[in-house]
Amino acid sequence: MSLVVRNLSVDHGAIRAINNLSFIVEKRRLTAVIGANGAGKSTLLRTLSGLIPATEGKATWGEHNLLKGKAEQHVRNGVSHVSEGKSVIPELTVEENLDLGALWRRNKKEADATKKYVLELFPRLGERLKQRGDTLSGGERQMLAIGRALMSKPQLLLLDEPSLGLAPLVVEQIFQTIRDIANSSDLTVLLVEQNAMGALKIADIGVVLNLGNIVAIGPSADLIADPAIRAAYLGY
Amino acid sequence: MEKLISASLIGLSQGAIFALMALALVLVFRSTRVVNFAQAGQAMVSTYIGWEVVTRTENYWIALPAAALAGALLAAIIETFLMRPLAKRASHGAIAPVASIIASLGVLGVLHSGAAMIWTTEQKLFESPVSVNGIEIGSTVYPFSQADMLIISTVVIVMLTFAFFFQRTSLGLSLRAAAFQPEISRLAGVRVDRVRTIGWALSGAAGAVVGVLVTPGNYLSPFSLDILLVYGFVAAVIGGLESPQGAALGGLILGMSLSFTSIYVSSGLTFIVPFIVLLLILLVKPKGIFGGGSSRNA
Repeated sequence: MSLVVRNLSVDHGAIRAINNLSFIVEKRRLTAVIGANGAGKSTLLRTLSGLIPATEGKATWGEHNLLKGKAEQHVRNGVSHVSEGKSVIPELTVEENLDLGALWRRNKKEADATKKYVLELFPRLGERLKQRGDTLSGGERQMLAIGRALMSKPQLLLLDEPSLGLAPLVVEQIFQTIRDIANSSDLTVLLVEQNAMGALKIADIGVVLNLGNIVAIGPSADLIADPAIRAAYLGY
Repeated sequence: MEKLISASLIGLSQGAIFALMALALVLVFRSTRVVNFAQAGQAMVSTYIGWEVVTRTENYWIALPAAALAGALLAAIIETFLMRPLAKRASHGAIAPVASIIASLGVLGVLHSGAAMIWTTEQKLFESPVSVNGIEIGSTVYPFSQADMLIISTVVIVMLTFAFFFQRTSLGLSLRAAAFQPEISRLAGVRVDRVRTIGWALSGAAGAVVGVLVTPGNYLSPFSLDILLVYGFVAAVIGGLESPQGAALGGLILGMSLSFTSIYVSSGLTFIVPFIVLLLILLVKPKGIFGGGSSRNA
Protein backbone atom coordinates (compact mmCIF):
# COMPACT_ATOMS: atom_id res chain seq x y z
CA MET A 1 0.00 0.00 0.00
CA SER A 2 1.16 3.48 -0.71
CA LEU A 3 -0.24 6.98 -0.87
CA VAL A 4 -0.35 8.11 -4.48
CA VAL A 5 -1.12 11.73 -5.31
CA ARG A 6 -1.30 12.54 -9.01
CA ASN A 7 -1.87 15.95 -10.63
CA LEU A 8 -3.82 17.14 -7.60
CA SER A 9 -5.20 20.67 -7.70
CA VAL A 10 -7.35 22.32 -5.04
CA ASP A 11 -8.99 25.74 -5.29
CA HIS A 12 -10.21 27.99 -2.47
CA GLY A 13 -12.73 30.04 -4.41
CA ALA A 14 -10.70 31.86 -7.04
CA ILE A 15 -7.35 31.07 -5.45
CA ARG A 16 -5.43 27.96 -6.41
CA ALA A 17 -4.11 26.57 -3.12
CA ILE A 18 -2.54 23.43 -4.58
CA ASN A 19 -1.35 23.25 -8.15
CA ASN A 20 -0.88 20.00 -10.03
CA LEU A 21 0.83 18.14 -7.20
CA SER A 22 2.23 14.64 -7.75
CA PHE A 23 4.10 12.47 -5.28
CA ILE A 24 4.14 8.99 -3.78
CA VAL A 25 4.57 8.02 -0.13
CA GLU A 26 5.72 4.43 0.22
CA LYS A 27 4.29 2.29 2.99
CA ARG A 28 5.93 2.66 6.41
CA ARG A 29 7.78 5.79 5.37
CA LEU A 30 7.70 9.03 7.29
CA THR A 31 7.35 11.87 4.81
CA ALA A 32 7.60 15.52 5.80
CA VAL A 33 5.98 18.25 3.76
CA ILE A 34 7.60 21.59 4.55
CA GLY A 35 7.03 25.10 3.34
CA ALA A 36 6.06 28.57 4.48
CA ASN A 37 2.64 29.78 5.54
CA GLY A 38 0.23 29.62 2.61
CA ALA A 39 2.25 26.99 0.74
CA GLY A 40 -0.81 24.72 0.68
CA LYS A 41 0.33 22.24 3.31
CA SER A 42 -2.86 22.18 5.41
CA THR A 43 -5.00 22.23 2.27
CA LEU A 44 -3.20 19.11 1.07
CA LEU A 45 -3.98 17.22 4.29
CA ARG A 46 -7.57 18.48 4.46
CA THR A 47 -8.12 17.27 0.92
CA LEU A 48 -6.61 13.85 1.60
CA SER A 49 -8.75 13.32 4.70
CA GLY A 50 -11.98 14.25 2.92
CA LEU A 51 -12.66 17.58 4.66
CA ILE A 52 -12.51 19.66 1.48
CA PRO A 53 -13.09 18.71 -2.16
CA ALA A 54 -10.33 18.60 -4.78
CA THR A 55 -10.67 20.46 -8.07
CA GLU A 56 -8.91 17.87 -10.17
CA GLY A 57 -6.43 15.02 -9.99
CA LYS A 58 -6.22 11.75 -8.12
CA ALA A 59 -5.30 10.64 -4.63
CA THR A 60 -5.42 7.05 -3.50
CA TRP A 61 -4.40 5.09 -0.42
CA GLY A 62 -4.13 1.48 -1.56
CA GLU A 63 -7.44 0.76 -3.24
CA HIS A 64 -9.23 3.65 -1.53
CA ASN A 65 -9.97 6.79 -3.49
CA LEU A 66 -9.29 9.62 -1.05
CA LEU A 67 -11.10 12.21 -3.14
CA LYS A 68 -14.42 10.42 -2.72
CA GLY A 69 -16.51 10.07 0.42
CA LYS A 70 -16.60 11.89 3.72
CA ALA A 71 -13.93 12.21 6.38
CA GLU A 72 -15.80 9.80 8.69
CA GLN A 73 -15.54 7.14 5.96
CA HIS A 74 -11.82 7.74 5.42
CA VAL A 75 -11.17 6.93 9.09
CA ARG A 76 -12.82 3.55 8.56
CA ASN A 77 -10.47 2.97 5.61
CA GLY A 78 -7.40 3.51 7.78
CA VAL A 79 -6.69 7.20 7.24
CA SER A 80 -6.50 9.37 10.38
CA HIS A 81 -5.93 13.10 10.35
CA VAL A 82 -4.75 15.23 13.25
CA SER A 83 -5.83 18.68 12.14
CA GLU A 84 -3.97 21.90 12.82
CA GLY A 85 -3.97 23.42 16.30
CA LYS A 86 -4.15 20.46 18.69
CA SER A 87 -7.29 18.77 17.50
CA VAL A 88 -8.75 17.92 20.87
CA ILE A 89 -12.29 18.58 22.07
CA PRO A 90 -11.68 20.82 25.10
CA GLU A 91 -15.09 20.18 26.70
CA LEU A 92 -14.58 16.40 26.83
CA THR A 93 -12.34 14.53 29.24
CA VAL A 94 -9.04 13.04 28.13
CA GLU A 95 -10.57 9.56 28.18
CA GLU A 96 -13.61 10.66 26.17
CA ASN A 97 -11.34 12.27 23.58
CA LEU A 98 -9.47 8.99 23.24
CA ASP A 99 -12.62 6.84 23.17
CA LEU A 100 -14.07 9.05 20.46
CA GLY A 101 -11.46 7.80 18.00
CA ALA A 102 -12.58 4.20 18.49
CA LEU A 103 -16.38 4.56 18.79
CA TRP A 104 -16.89 3.26 15.27
CA ARG A 105 -14.79 0.16 15.85
CA ARG A 106 -16.93 -2.95 16.22
CA ASN A 107 -14.35 -5.03 18.04
CA LYS A 108 -14.26 -3.49 21.51
CA LYS A 109 -11.53 -5.86 22.70
CA GLU A 110 -9.19 -4.65 19.99
CA ALA A 111 -10.15 -1.07 20.77
CA ASP A 112 -9.25 -1.65 24.43
CA ALA A 113 -5.90 -3.07 23.36
CA THR A 114 -5.25 0.03 21.25
CA LYS A 115 -6.11 2.23 24.23
CA LYS A 116 -3.60 0.35 26.33
CA TYR A 117 -0.96 0.88 23.65
CA VAL A 118 -1.74 4.61 23.42
CA LEU A 119 -1.55 5.03 27.20
CA GLU A 120 1.80 3.24 27.27
CA LEU A 121 3.00 5.58 24.55
CA PHE A 122 1.71 8.65 26.46
CA PRO A 123 1.75 7.78 30.18
CA ARG A 124 0.97 11.43 31.02
CA LEU A 125 -2.47 11.00 29.46
CA GLY A 126 -3.09 7.96 31.64
CA GLU A 127 -2.60 10.11 34.73
CA ARG A 128 -5.14 12.63 33.48
CA LEU A 129 -7.92 10.46 32.06
CA LYS A 130 -10.74 12.18 33.97
CA GLN A 131 -9.52 15.75 33.38
CA ARG A 132 -11.10 17.94 30.74
CA GLY A 133 -9.13 18.45 27.53
CA ASP A 134 -8.71 22.17 28.16
CA THR A 135 -6.84 21.59 31.44
CA LEU A 136 -3.91 20.02 29.58
CA SER A 137 -0.71 21.79 28.59
CA GLY A 138 -0.04 22.41 24.90
CA GLY A 139 2.25 19.41 24.59
CA GLU A 140 -0.19 17.14 26.37
CA ARG A 141 -2.98 18.31 24.10
CA GLN A 142 -0.91 17.43 21.07
CA MET A 143 -0.22 14.00 22.57
CA LEU A 144 -3.95 13.58 23.13
CA ALA A 145 -4.71 14.58 19.54
CA ILE A 146 -2.20 12.04 18.21
CA GLY A 147 -3.48 9.45 20.70
CA ARG A 148 -7.06 10.01 19.53
CA ALA A 149 -5.96 9.47 15.93
CA LEU A 150 -4.10 6.28 16.90
CA MET A 151 -7.27 5.00 18.60
CA SER A 152 -8.75 4.59 15.11
CA LYS A 153 -5.88 2.18 14.33
CA PRO A 154 -4.80 4.04 11.21
CA GLN A 155 -2.48 2.78 8.51
CA LEU A 156 -1.92 6.28 7.17
CA LEU A 157 -1.48 9.08 9.69
CA LEU A 158 -1.77 12.68 8.52
CA LEU A 159 -0.25 15.18 10.98
CA ASP A 160 -0.79 18.90 10.56
CA GLU A 161 1.82 21.07 12.34
CA PRO A 162 2.15 19.12 15.59
CA SER A 163 4.87 21.55 16.73
CA LEU A 164 2.70 24.66 16.41
CA GLY A 165 2.81 26.88 19.49
CA LEU A 166 4.88 24.49 21.59
CA ALA A 167 8.04 25.20 23.58
CA PRO A 168 11.26 24.02 21.85
CA LEU A 169 11.86 21.23 24.34
CA VAL A 170 8.31 19.92 23.93
CA VAL A 171 8.63 20.15 20.13
CA GLU A 172 11.68 17.91 20.26
CA GLN A 173 9.77 15.44 22.41
CA ILE A 174 6.76 15.36 20.07
CA PHE A 175 8.99 14.86 17.03
CA GLN A 176 10.80 12.02 18.76
CA THR A 177 7.46 10.41 19.62
CA ILE A 178 6.31 10.66 16.02
CA ARG A 179 9.53 8.98 14.88
CA ASP A 180 9.06 6.26 17.51
CA ILE A 181 5.47 5.59 16.43
CA ALA A 182 6.58 5.32 12.81
CA ASN A 183 9.38 2.92 13.76
CA SER A 184 7.41 0.64 16.01
CA SER A 185 4.22 0.19 14.01
CA ASP A 186 3.02 -0.47 10.53
CA LEU A 187 2.21 3.19 10.10
CA THR A 188 2.80 5.43 7.10
CA VAL A 189 3.08 9.06 8.20
CA LEU A 190 2.60 12.26 6.24
CA LEU A 191 3.79 15.14 8.41
CA VAL A 192 3.19 18.76 7.47
CA GLU A 193 5.43 21.31 9.21
CA GLN A 194 6.64 24.89 9.23
CA ASN A 195 9.43 23.78 11.54
CA ALA A 196 11.36 22.50 8.52
CA MET A 197 14.55 21.43 10.24
CA GLY A 198 12.83 19.50 13.02
CA ALA A 199 10.59 17.71 10.56
CA LEU A 200 13.33 16.85 8.06
CA LYS A 201 15.52 15.47 10.84
CA ILE A 202 13.01 12.74 11.69
CA ALA A 203 11.62 12.17 8.18
CA ASP A 204 12.72 9.65 5.59
CA ILE A 205 11.51 11.73 2.68
CA GLY A 206 11.05 15.48 2.39
CA VAL A 207 8.73 17.43 0.11
CA VAL A 208 9.21 21.19 -0.19
CA LEU A 209 6.07 23.08 -1.12
CA ASN A 210 5.89 26.69 -2.28
CA LEU A 211 2.67 28.45 -3.31
CA GLY A 212 0.97 25.15 -4.09
CA ASN A 213 3.85 23.72 -6.15
CA ILE A 214 6.50 21.15 -5.30
CA VAL A 215 9.92 22.79 -5.52
CA ALA A 216 11.99 19.89 -4.19
CA ILE A 217 11.47 16.27 -3.21
CA GLY A 218 13.91 13.64 -2.03
CA PRO A 219 15.49 11.85 0.91
CA SER A 220 15.40 14.32 3.77
CA ALA A 221 19.14 14.00 4.43
CA ASP A 222 19.76 15.23 0.87
CA LEU A 223 17.41 18.15 1.35
CA ILE A 224 19.15 19.16 4.57
CA ALA A 225 22.50 19.05 2.71
CA ASP A 226 21.23 21.09 -0.24
CA PRO A 227 22.57 24.67 0.06
CA ALA A 228 19.59 26.22 -1.76
CA ILE A 229 17.07 24.49 0.51
CA ARG A 230 19.14 25.39 3.57
CA ALA A 231 19.13 29.03 2.63
CA ALA A 232 15.46 29.25 1.77
CA TYR A 233 13.84 26.98 4.36
CA LEU A 234 16.27 26.04 7.09
CA GLY A 235 17.50 29.53 7.80
CA TYR A 236 21.26 29.13 7.51
CA MET B 1 -46.79 29.56 55.17
CA GLU B 2 -49.60 28.23 52.99
CA LYS B 3 -48.73 30.82 50.39
CA LEU B 4 -45.07 29.84 50.49
CA ILE B 5 -45.83 26.15 50.02
CA SER B 6 -48.29 26.82 47.23
CA ALA B 7 -45.91 29.13 45.40
CA SER B 8 -43.06 26.64 45.66
CA LEU B 9 -45.12 23.67 44.48
CA ILE B 10 -46.64 25.50 41.51
CA GLY B 11 -43.24 26.92 40.67
CA LEU B 12 -41.78 23.46 40.69
CA SER B 13 -44.47 22.07 38.39
CA GLN B 14 -44.35 24.99 35.94
CA GLY B 15 -40.58 25.05 36.11
CA ALA B 16 -40.42 21.37 35.17
CA ILE B 17 -42.47 22.05 32.03
CA PHE B 18 -40.35 25.07 31.06
CA ALA B 19 -37.19 23.09 31.75
CA LEU B 20 -38.17 20.24 29.44
CA MET B 21 -39.21 22.66 26.69
CA ALA B 22 -35.92 24.50 27.14
CA LEU B 23 -34.05 21.19 26.93
CA ALA B 24 -35.78 20.42 23.63
CA LEU B 25 -34.65 23.79 22.24
CA VAL B 26 -31.12 23.39 23.62
CA LEU B 27 -30.71 19.92 22.09
CA VAL B 28 -31.41 21.30 18.64
CA PHE B 29 -29.41 24.48 19.08
CA ARG B 30 -26.24 22.88 20.39
CA SER B 31 -26.16 20.20 17.71
CA THR B 32 -27.17 22.21 14.65
CA ARG B 33 -27.13 25.92 15.67
CA VAL B 34 -30.78 26.20 14.71
CA VAL B 35 -33.09 28.36 16.82
CA ASN B 36 -36.11 26.16 16.28
CA PHE B 37 -39.37 28.11 16.41
CA ALA B 38 -41.16 25.08 14.99
CA GLN B 39 -40.65 23.30 18.33
CA ALA B 40 -44.02 24.50 19.63
CA GLY B 41 -45.73 23.26 16.47
CA GLN B 42 -43.95 19.93 16.59
CA ALA B 43 -45.00 19.48 20.22
CA MET B 44 -48.58 20.45 19.29
CA VAL B 45 -48.83 17.93 16.43
CA SER B 46 -47.34 15.22 18.65
CA THR B 47 -49.86 16.09 21.34
CA TYR B 48 -52.71 15.68 18.81
CA ILE B 49 -51.28 12.23 18.02
CA GLY B 50 -51.33 11.54 21.77
CA TRP B 51 -54.90 12.84 21.93
CA GLU B 52 -55.93 10.51 19.08
CA VAL B 53 -54.39 7.58 20.92
CA VAL B 54 -55.97 8.51 24.23
CA THR B 55 -59.46 8.92 22.72
CA ARG B 56 -59.18 5.51 21.02
CA THR B 57 -57.50 3.49 23.75
CA GLU B 58 -58.51 5.56 26.76
CA ASN B 59 -55.04 4.85 28.01
CA TYR B 60 -52.76 7.79 28.78
CA TRP B 61 -49.76 5.52 29.34
CA ILE B 62 -49.87 4.40 25.71
CA ALA B 63 -50.49 7.94 24.48
CA LEU B 64 -47.40 9.37 26.18
CA PRO B 65 -44.81 7.14 24.45
CA ALA B 66 -46.80 7.23 21.20
CA ALA B 67 -46.66 11.02 21.17
CA ALA B 68 -42.95 10.96 22.02
CA LEU B 69 -42.30 8.60 19.11
CA ALA B 70 -44.35 10.78 16.76
CA GLY B 71 -42.44 13.85 17.96
CA ALA B 72 -39.11 12.14 17.36
CA LEU B 73 -40.13 11.07 13.85
CA LEU B 74 -41.47 14.48 12.91
CA ALA B 75 -38.27 16.18 14.11
CA ALA B 76 -36.07 13.71 12.24
CA ILE B 77 -38.04 14.35 9.05
CA ILE B 78 -37.75 18.15 9.42
CA GLU B 79 -34.00 17.89 10.02
CA THR B 80 -33.28 15.44 7.22
CA PHE B 81 -35.40 16.92 4.46
CA LEU B 82 -35.38 20.62 5.29
CA MET B 83 -32.74 21.80 7.74
CA ARG B 84 -29.78 19.73 6.51
CA PRO B 85 -30.14 20.59 2.80
CA LEU B 86 -30.77 24.20 3.80
CA ALA B 87 -27.61 24.35 5.93
CA LYS B 88 -25.58 23.01 3.01
CA ARG B 89 -26.98 25.46 0.48
CA ALA B 90 -27.17 28.57 2.66
CA SER B 91 -23.77 28.19 4.30
CA HIS B 92 -22.27 31.51 3.20
CA GLY B 93 -23.10 35.17 3.38
CA ALA B 94 -25.65 37.15 5.29
CA ILE B 95 -28.38 34.51 4.87
CA ALA B 96 -26.42 31.74 6.62
CA PRO B 97 -27.33 32.49 10.26
CA VAL B 98 -30.97 33.43 9.58
CA ALA B 99 -32.02 30.96 6.89
CA SER B 100 -32.73 28.19 9.39
CA ILE B 101 -34.63 30.54 11.72
CA ILE B 102 -36.90 31.73 8.93
CA ALA B 103 -37.36 28.15 7.77
CA SER B 104 -38.33 27.07 11.28
CA LEU B 105 -40.93 29.86 11.39
CA GLY B 106 -42.23 28.55 8.08
CA VAL B 107 -42.47 25.04 9.49
CA LEU B 108 -44.37 26.42 12.49
CA GLY B 109 -46.87 28.01 10.12
CA VAL B 110 -47.25 24.82 8.11
CA LEU B 111 -47.81 22.79 11.28
CA HIS B 112 -50.37 25.33 12.60
CA SER B 113 -52.43 25.29 9.43
CA GLY B 114 -51.95 21.57 8.83
CA ALA B 115 -53.25 20.80 12.32
CA ALA B 116 -56.17 23.21 11.82
CA MET B 117 -57.08 21.39 8.60
CA ILE B 118 -56.90 17.93 10.15
CA TRP B 119 -58.27 18.58 13.63
CA THR B 120 -60.00 21.98 13.10
CA THR B 121 -59.35 24.92 15.41
CA GLU B 122 -62.04 23.74 17.80
CA GLN B 123 -60.58 23.06 21.23
CA LYS B 124 -60.24 19.42 22.19
CA LEU B 125 -60.46 18.15 25.73
CA PHE B 126 -57.51 16.01 26.70
CA GLU B 127 -58.51 13.86 29.67
CA SER B 128 -56.01 13.64 32.47
CA PRO B 129 -55.13 10.22 33.84
CA VAL B 130 -55.01 11.65 37.36
CA SER B 131 -56.90 14.28 39.30
CA VAL B 132 -56.33 17.89 38.28
CA ASN B 133 -57.96 19.25 41.44
CA GLY B 134 -55.93 20.80 44.19
CA ILE B 135 -54.78 18.55 46.97
CA GLU B 136 -56.61 19.05 50.25
CA ILE B 137 -54.66 18.88 53.47
CA GLY B 138 -56.67 19.60 56.58
CA SER B 139 -58.99 22.46 55.73
CA THR B 140 -56.74 24.09 53.13
CA VAL B 141 -56.78 23.26 49.44
CA TYR B 142 -53.39 23.70 47.82
CA PRO B 143 -53.35 24.68 44.14
CA PHE B 144 -51.23 21.63 43.45
CA SER B 145 -52.72 18.47 41.95
CA GLN B 146 -51.82 14.88 41.21
CA ALA B 147 -51.35 16.04 37.63
CA ASP B 148 -48.63 18.42 38.85
CA MET B 149 -46.94 15.55 40.63
CA LEU B 150 -47.11 13.53 37.42
CA ILE B 151 -45.49 16.43 35.56
CA ILE B 152 -42.65 16.80 38.05
CA SER B 153 -41.89 13.09 38.30
CA THR B 154 -42.05 12.51 34.54
CA VAL B 155 -39.77 15.48 33.82
CA VAL B 156 -37.29 14.33 36.46
CA ILE B 157 -37.25 10.81 34.97
CA VAL B 158 -36.83 12.14 31.41
CA MET B 159 -34.03 14.50 32.50
CA LEU B 160 -32.17 11.76 34.37
CA THR B 161 -32.52 9.43 31.38
CA PHE B 162 -31.10 12.11 29.09
CA ALA B 163 -28.24 12.78 31.50
CA PHE B 164 -27.38 9.08 31.65
CA PHE B 165 -27.62 8.76 27.89
CA PHE B 166 -25.35 11.73 27.23
CA GLN B 167 -22.75 10.96 29.88
CA ARG B 168 -22.57 7.17 29.86
CA THR B 169 -23.28 5.84 26.36
CA SER B 170 -21.24 5.80 23.16
CA LEU B 171 -23.99 7.47 21.18
CA GLY B 172 -24.26 10.15 23.87
CA LEU B 173 -20.53 10.80 23.57
CA SER B 174 -20.87 11.10 19.77
CA LEU B 175 -23.70 13.60 20.23
CA ARG B 176 -21.71 15.76 22.63
CA ALA B 177 -18.57 15.60 20.52
CA ALA B 178 -20.43 16.50 17.32
CA ALA B 179 -22.10 19.40 19.09
CA PHE B 180 -18.80 20.85 20.37
CA GLN B 181 -16.50 20.18 17.42
CA PRO B 182 -18.11 18.70 14.30
CA GLU B 183 -14.89 18.68 12.28
CA ILE B 184 -12.76 16.89 14.86
CA SER B 185 -15.64 14.46 15.42
CA ARG B 186 -15.72 13.67 11.70
CA LEU B 187 -11.98 13.05 11.74
CA ALA B 188 -12.51 10.67 14.66
CA GLY B 189 -15.08 8.75 12.63
CA VAL B 190 -18.36 10.11 14.03
CA ARG B 191 -21.10 10.16 11.38
CA VAL B 192 -22.04 13.73 12.21
CA ASP B 193 -25.09 14.01 9.93
CA ARG B 194 -26.68 10.92 11.44
CA VAL B 195 -25.87 12.04 14.97
CA ARG B 196 -27.48 15.43 14.30
CA THR B 197 -30.68 13.76 13.15
CA ILE B 198 -30.69 11.76 16.38
CA GLY B 199 -30.25 15.01 18.32
CA TRP B 200 -33.30 16.47 16.60
CA ALA B 201 -35.30 13.30 17.22
CA LEU B 202 -34.52 13.41 20.95
CA SER B 203 -35.53 17.04 21.03
CA GLY B 204 -38.79 16.26 19.23
CA ALA B 205 -39.56 13.53 21.74
CA ALA B 206 -38.88 15.87 24.66
CA GLY B 207 -41.19 18.51 23.16
CA ALA B 208 -43.93 15.91 22.68
CA VAL B 209 -43.66 14.87 26.33
CA VAL B 210 -44.09 18.53 27.29
CA GLY B 211 -47.30 18.74 25.25
CA VAL B 212 -48.79 15.52 26.61
CA LEU B 213 -47.93 16.52 30.19
CA VAL B 214 -49.20 20.08 30.11
CA THR B 215 -52.36 19.64 28.03
CA PRO B 216 -54.46 17.28 30.24
CA GLY B 217 -56.86 19.37 32.24
CA ASN B 218 -56.48 22.08 29.59
CA TYR B 219 -57.80 22.31 26.06
CA LEU B 220 -55.78 21.43 22.99
CA SER B 221 -55.82 23.65 19.90
CA PRO B 222 -53.30 24.28 17.10
CA PHE B 223 -52.03 27.31 19.03
CA SER B 224 -52.33 26.14 22.61
CA LEU B 225 -48.63 25.30 23.07
CA ASP B 226 -47.20 28.43 21.42
CA ILE B 227 -46.81 30.28 24.71
CA LEU B 228 -44.45 27.54 25.88
CA LEU B 229 -42.08 28.52 23.09
CA VAL B 230 -41.59 31.90 24.78
CA TYR B 231 -41.10 30.43 28.26
CA GLY B 232 -38.92 27.63 26.88
CA PHE B 233 -36.66 30.09 25.08
CA VAL B 234 -36.36 32.36 28.09
CA ALA B 235 -35.42 29.37 30.26
CA ALA B 236 -32.95 28.12 27.65
CA VAL B 237 -31.25 31.51 27.31
CA ILE B 238 -31.05 31.93 31.09
CA GLY B 239 -29.18 28.64 31.16
CA GLY B 240 -26.82 29.61 28.36
CA LEU B 241 -28.67 28.05 25.39
CA GLU B 242 -26.14 25.25 25.06
CA SER B 243 -26.28 23.47 28.37
CA PRO B 244 -28.87 20.81 29.32
CA GLN B 245 -28.18 21.52 33.01
CA GLY B 246 -28.66 25.20 32.23
CA ALA B 247 -32.03 24.43 30.63
CA ALA B 248 -33.14 22.60 33.77
CA LEU B 249 -32.00 25.39 36.07
CA GLY B 250 -33.40 28.10 33.76
CA GLY B 251 -36.78 26.39 33.74
CA LEU B 252 -36.81 26.16 37.50
CA ILE B 253 -35.82 29.80 37.99
CA LEU B 254 -38.49 30.93 35.57
CA GLY B 255 -41.20 28.70 37.06
CA MET B 256 -40.44 29.89 40.59
CA SER B 257 -40.31 33.57 39.71
CA LEU B 258 -43.63 33.31 37.87
CA SER B 259 -45.44 31.52 40.67
CA PHE B 260 -44.02 33.72 43.44
CA THR B 261 -44.94 36.89 41.59
CA SER B 262 -48.44 35.76 40.81
CA ILE B 263 -49.11 34.59 44.38
CA TYR B 264 -47.33 37.36 46.30
CA VAL B 265 -47.74 40.32 43.95
CA SER B 266 -50.27 40.00 41.17
CA SER B 267 -51.15 37.43 38.55
CA GLY B 268 -51.41 40.30 36.07
CA LEU B 269 -47.61 40.49 35.96
CA THR B 270 -47.02 37.04 34.53
CA PHE B 271 -46.29 38.34 31.05
CA ILE B 272 -43.59 40.76 32.17
CA VAL B 273 -41.86 38.55 34.73
CA PRO B 274 -40.06 36.20 32.29
CA PHE B 275 -38.45 39.14 30.54
CA ILE B 276 -37.48 40.93 33.74
CA VAL B 277 -35.86 37.73 34.99
CA LEU B 278 -34.11 37.26 31.66
CA LEU B 279 -32.78 40.83 31.62
CA LEU B 280 -31.57 40.65 35.22
CA ILE B 281 -29.71 37.38 34.65
CA LEU B 282 -28.19 38.45 31.36
CA LEU B 283 -27.01 41.72 32.96
CA VAL B 284 -25.08 39.70 35.55
CA LYS B 285 -24.11 36.77 33.31
CA PRO B 286 -24.30 37.86 29.66
CA LYS B 287 -23.71 34.33 28.37
CA GLY B 288 -26.30 32.73 30.63
CA ILE B 289 -25.63 30.78 33.78
CA PHE B 290 -23.98 27.75 32.16
CA GLY B 291 -22.83 29.48 28.99
CA GLY B 292 -19.06 29.43 29.28
CA GLY B 293 -18.25 28.99 25.63
CA SER B 294 -14.77 30.48 25.84
CA SER B 295 -13.01 27.24 24.96
CA ARG B 296 -15.15 26.75 21.88
CA ASN B 297 -12.70 28.47 19.59
CA ALA B 298 -9.59 27.01 21.15
